[in-house]
Amino acid sequence: MTVTAPSSTRPGASSGEPFLVVEDLTVKFPTEDGQITAVQGLSYSVEKGKTLGIVGESGSGKSVSSMAVLGLHDTKSAKITGSIRIDGQEVVGLSESKMRKIRGRQVSMIFQDALAALHPFYKVGGQLAEAYRVHHPSASKREARRKAIEMLDRVGIPQPDRRADDFPHQFSGGMRQRAMIAMGLINDPSLIVADEPTTALDVTVQAQILDLLQDLQREFDSAIIMITHDLGVIAEMADDILVMYGGRGVEYGTAKDVLTRPQMPYTWGLLSSVPDVAGDTDAPLIPIPGNPPSLLKPPPGCAFNPRCLHKDKVAGGLCTSQMPELLESPTVPGHLKRCHLADPDAVYQAEVLPVIAPETLEENDPR
Amino acid sequence: MYAYIVKRLLSGVVVLFLVSFSVFALFWFGPSAPARPMCESKTSNHCTDDRLERFTEELGYNNNMFAEYGRYMGGIVTGRDVTISGQTTECPAPCFGLSYTTGKPVWDDMKDRLPATISVAVGGAFLYLIIGVPMGVAAARRRGTLADKALVSSFLVLSSVPYYLFALLTYLYVAVWWGVPGIGSPGYTPITENPAAWVSGLALAWICLGVFGCTQYTRYARGAMVEALSEDYIRTAKAKGLPTRTVVYKHGLRAALVPIVTIFGIDFGTLLAGTIFTEKIFDISGIGLWALNAIGDRDLPIVSATALFSAVVLIVSNLLVDIVYSALDPRVRLS
Amino acid sequence: MTETNEPTTDATGGASFADLAGQEHQPPRLDPDAPPVLTVDNLRMWFPVKSSGVVSRTVGHVQAVDGVSFEVPKGGALGLVGESGCGKSTTGRLITRLYKPTSGSMYFGENRQDIAAMSNRQLKPLRRDVQMIFQDPYTSLNPRHTVGAIVGAPLEVHNVVPKKQVLKRVQELLEVVGLNPEHYNRYPNEFSGGQRQRIGIARALTLNPKLLVADEPVSALDVSIQAQVINLLQDLQKEFDIAFLFIAHDLAVVRHFCPEVAVMYLGKIVEIADRDTLYKSSHHPYTQALLSAVPDIKQAAVGGRRERIRLEGDVPSPINPPSGCRFRTRCPIAKEICAKVEPPLMQIGPRHKVACHFPAELGKAPQHPVTAGLLGVDSQGSPDAGVTPTAIAEGPGYEKQWFDLQRREMVSA
Repeated sequence: MTVTAPSSTRPGASSGEPFLVVEDLTVKFPTEDGQITAVQGLSYSVEKGKTLGIVGESGSGKSVSSMAVLGLHDTKSAKITGSIRIDGQEVVGLSESKMRKIRGRQVSMIFQDALAALHPFYKVGGQLAEAYRVHHPSASKREARRKAIEMLDRVGIPQPDRRADDFPHQFSGGMRQRAMIAMGLINDPSLIVADEPTTALDVTVQAQILDLLQDLQREFDSAIIMITHDLGVIAEMADDILVMYGGRGVEYGTAKDVLTRPQMPYTWGLLSSVPDVAGDTDAPLIPIPGNPPSLLKPPPGCAFNPRCLHKDKVAGGLCTSQMPELLESPTVPGHLKRCHLADPDAVYQAEVLPVIAPETLEENDPR
Repeated sequence: MYAYIVKRLLSGVVVLFLVSFSVFALFWFGPSAPARPMCESKTSNHCTDDRLERFTEELGYNNNMFAEYGRYMGGIVTGRDVTISGQTTECPAPCFGLSYTTGKPVWDDMKDRLPATISVAVGGAFLYLIIGVPMGVAAARRRGTLADKALVSSFLVLSSVPYYLFALLTYLYVAVWWGVPGIGSPGYTPITENPAAWVSGLALAWICLGVFGCTQYTRYARGAMVEALSEDYIRTAKAKGLPTRTVVYKHGLRAALVPIVTIFGIDFGTLLAGTIFTEKIFDISGIGLWALNAIGDRDLPIVSATALFSAVVLIVSNLLVDIVYSALDPRVRLS
Repeated sequence: MTETNEPTTDATGGASFADLAGQEHQPPRLDPDAPPVLTVDNLRMWFPVKSSGVVSRTVGHVQAVDGVSFEVPKGGALGLVGESGCGKSTTGRLITRLYKPTSGSMYFGENRQDIAAMSNRQLKPLRRDVQMIFQDPYTSLNPRHTVGAIVGAPLEVHNVVPKKQVLKRVQELLEVVGLNPEHYNRYPNEFSGGQRQRIGIARALTLNPKLLVADEPVSALDVSIQAQVINLLQDLQKEFDIAFLFIAHDLAVVRHFCPEVAVMYLGKIVEIADRDTLYKSSHHPYTQALLSAVPDIKQAAVGGRRERIRLEGDVPSPINPPSGCRFRTRCPIAKEICAKVEPPLMQIGPRHKVACHFPAELGKAPQHPVTAGLLGVDSQGSPDAGVTPTAIAEGPGYEKQWFDLQRREMVSA
């Protein structure tokens, strides 16, 4: 069990509570094989105008935790405990009718596969207008349509008044994602949860969409939670990064700290698993062995221990017996990590970095 | 779209030719002389070889088969005169020949029986749709709960009872033993004659078809709805802040309707082509019973007419399903 | 349930980071003298587009692949990159002859047989030598067949080994791809995504192929699993001397795997070169735009977004591609000539070809089209009677002579 003091939910948090505060969030689902704990003891926060990147693999709980922020889990089956505060309002346990007023209005969500996430039988403009009217009941159909066209125009869809009458399948992949973003932003939300918003897109289209998201964030001063497995996207978009593994946060800090001075072997594994488009071509890929852990029967001790290449550096088999807490790094202030290694920074600099990015070392080399 | 309908109708005509020709050829080359049933019915089962030969000649079975087939098809389009036992009867278009048993043009009989079959089919289908689909939707929304499981398994039991047994039991319990008011003795009265009698006579047939059909439609609707509700766009609809009702009906049911409509179109076509058990048990003289009797009597013109009729109904209902499908799902373009 | 539910097993096998780092997983290097195992010459795949009238006529063609030429060296790897709809997957399907090409040649193997025009019967013996690995490990394996049946099927179809020895060979293959050989009687759903991709790889290896067409082999997998599969493919390449046509949209993965890379846009190769040239000194504006669009982890140290070339709009329809250069509608440096004359895929270095009138490193595009003189047109692309066009070799492979961009003349190695 991890108890994190509220003051440490965000590294370097300033005065006043951030727009979104998640504290000690736990989400459990019953399944036929038993209860699974999809998210456990998760805490983070996002301020307006800032972007939090959540990184993790399938089953890490990154999407489950964000769906909980919107209250999208079936309240009858999912057991949600802890606290989620949106603009100071507690939403865990909030009634469905009150939650509905927040969804799509204060907090909206952008999904990965816009082709599947937009209804195939309704026109794009109609789907946007519907999102507007549900939170503006006094608006007429014409007003809603005008607003929809305005938003389509804002996200860069050419001839928006004509394209509003198209069905989603008549849009290209990039345009569909733009329409999805337009729908997410039509009610001026303060928090946008973007779940792998560019994963299905080509790189040049991905670049366009990321540009658009950043422009819109600047314009509306919204907070963004960006869920992705692409470390490059995170590096360019996020202010803070939360790395999740097996339903828990395992590393949390500013984007710069997490990606340049990672403190947790799982993050190292992620970094060494992806080739760099500009790095040394001779740098080997060092995969993380094995597969992600079962949420049904998580391994004892640290959830990452069966795949960890550095547990030999921790004495007394601590890794296989005791779950490490998410604590501040001894060397980097405000940087939280869940690992028993005494000085992970030193291990990373001495062992990992020279292998995965030899050219970085040469740059720092005084010779 | 119109080009597509024309294309489908043209290919439908080809199918009709194939069906009619196959049936025609089947009789022509059948195990017994094609004129024998007629000969026997006209001679009170004293059909000698001489007599048979006379009927064979008269009915044209000594002519070239293709020429005779042409005459038969021509009769359907323009009508023709048919001579049996030296007696010539005018058979106006669409002429499917004269019934061997009644000697009347087949189409006249068919016209008499169609309203009964349509009444049975429409009433039954209406019942199973309005009971089955809402139950399926309700079950899908509560899937995994006790109510859902109870419904699904009890319907499974019900639908594994043979239909004729189910219909008989319904008849015995509802009409005979309980004597439920409003349900008269089964039979068909034209709605134009006496609407009340129409309803009370057909009610049992409708209930049987409706209840039995709704077990299937509940399953279809439940399956389609469970699938629709697990789609990404349902999650999007929820994330927009839409009320549950809108999410389930406007977004979910709309999508689930597509497969239901497809199955329904084909099912309804089959119903129109005749519901033999229902008609037999509830004493309704419809197309199905008619065809069944015709097969027993080896009344070839009626058998071929009913075969053609089923083919027409299925071709048309398939086409209608496709048109409705494209109207429901904008991604489908008919071409 | 999947094998992921064996929580207590130690997946590292006691290895430490240094052990793994010490393993030879270095990217394969380019062997310029290796003979080609596959030579693709002017390959074309046009899918007819039918009208919707009562009688359907062909009203146009989707020019999915339009005149593509390249070589895959024996035991080497050619990467094929480009965005969706560029024709890279169609090219892969043509080579495995899942489609029959509209025109062009594909010479395969030591006898250099043209597999483009062969009938399915003639192809059967060659199918053993060309195998494919698919993107989606969830849909490309029949869920009702055991792993043993899936991996062993090719052995039985081609009668390679006696029936009794099929199982032994299957178990060998499972071991080669890092799966437990005792799991041959399990079904695909009992395996995780990465393990399923290993099964797909084992199936492709069954008949000792000479060429593997890998169509997005890792893009459906989790990041940590991607690296496992890439390393496995590299080990297999080395061990069995298999050549790869590696089709992917992830430029970093392709760079890691392939010593040579071709970039496709709207059915054509726009640039092809060895890895270092393509990634460090690309000369086509589309390649440059693609590369600049890849988000870079190193950006974390600086914060914010990388400077990038922004491409406007979408890829045009392959039914009605733009005249001249197909990229010109989105090209930041397009000029008049680009609409009039299609740039040839011209060799500009020992192992570098580019299809552009203004080839140069980023930001150094020349004022005048370098191709004008060679093609016999003026700088606007209109025919110029005063200049005789020079023959430009557009075949697969590289010539000993090429057009030097600095000196603007043909030079030799």
